Amino acid sequence: MYVKTLGCLGSSAPRCSAMHEMGIAMEILSIASASIPETLKGAKVHSIRLKIGKLTALVPESLRFCFDIVSQDTPLAGARLLIEEIPLVMRCDQCHNEWTLEGPSFSCPACESGRLTLLSGRDLDIESIEIEEEDNCSRMEGKA
Amino acid sequence: MEIKVVRKVLSVNERMAEQNRRLFFEKGVYVINIMSSPGSGKTALLEKTLSRIAADIPTAVIVGDICTTNDADRLALSGVPVLQINTDAFGGECHLAAHVIEKAVDELNLSGIRLLFIENVGNLVCPAEFDLGEDRRVVVMSTTEGEDKPVKYPLMFRTCHAAVINKSDLLPYLDYDLQQAKTNILTVHPEMPIFTVSAKTGEGMEAWLDWIKNRVREKSSGVK
Repeated sequence: MYVKTLGCLGSSAPRCSAMHEMGIAMEILSIASASIPETLKGAKVHSIRLKIGKLTALVPESLRFCFDIVSQDTPLAGARLLIEEIPLVMRCDQCHNEWTLEGPSFSCPACESGRLTLLSGRDLDIESIEIEEEDNCSRMEGKA
Repeated sequence: MEIKVVRKVLSVNERMAEQNRRLFFEKGVYVINIMSSPGSGKTALLEKTLSRIAADIPTAVIVGDICTTNDADRLALSGVPVLQINTDAFGGECHLAAHVIEKAVDELNLSGIRLLFIENVGNLVCPAEFDLGEDRRVVVMSTTEGEDKPVKYPLMFRTCHAAVINKSDLLPYLDYDLQQAKTNILTVHPEMPIFTVSAKTGEGMEAWLDWIKNRVREKSSGVK
């Protein structure tokens, strides 16, 4: 019998609840933190703009909840997640019809073909971060 | 002041998954990621599959659970190398991610192995989002669950390449509408192969095993 276990290797990930939104919130935190320019380190981040497709397994409310927890005591504490929902758009490979899916039915409404290409809806992207203006101005003035 | 970022949130996982995929390609290992809700019989399906396939195709298994080595203990009776991952140490995560597979592959000796099953954590939501570097994804549902699982969890059924409906031996005792279940799968994924099996009695296993063997053969001959 040959059983090995992996689980005691440890990981940099802190213990968190069993939902993947937590891991995703941590990724968002790390990407957003790394995007703050050196000259603006310590500035308050007001918001983070995200694009989330309809065909993702993400609950925006859970993501916000997790982000509030992981961003505590970081320059991103209190930053709002501005989520733009991206529609699920498919194209039929057969008749080239393009349409927006509202339900889970993945057949072409025109020719009923099931050979489809996904044009959008799997997005999970950070678009931008918004740094509070006031802080920047006083910072710039202070430097001048 | 707005600062442009424009990055995929899961880019780290995607990069790691590509690395895994390259490694599996170099080693000539065909990888199948098996996902389902808890209790639909992934481990039983694998037990039966290993008993029928491991003599012909050198196989290994990575099995993910939040806690316990129960599944690995069962699968190891087949004699193939089994590695249990407890995600408890990775933050108690509800799914396997590509970096966990990378560590697991380090631990597991893949030389001579042609087929690797990854039994994901029982969950129809989160695992769907994480590419592990696998060749094929398979979703298992069972006759003791609702027929509407595919339309409730479209991402999972849309991103998988094949579906197994397990526990067919229970059909005479249940109100399960098998045809409706198949229709629901095909609604979400019109061209998905569906295998109706009983991992307990072995009913329907031939078609499932043939599908696996053909995929492994295609990869070894360079056709994908």
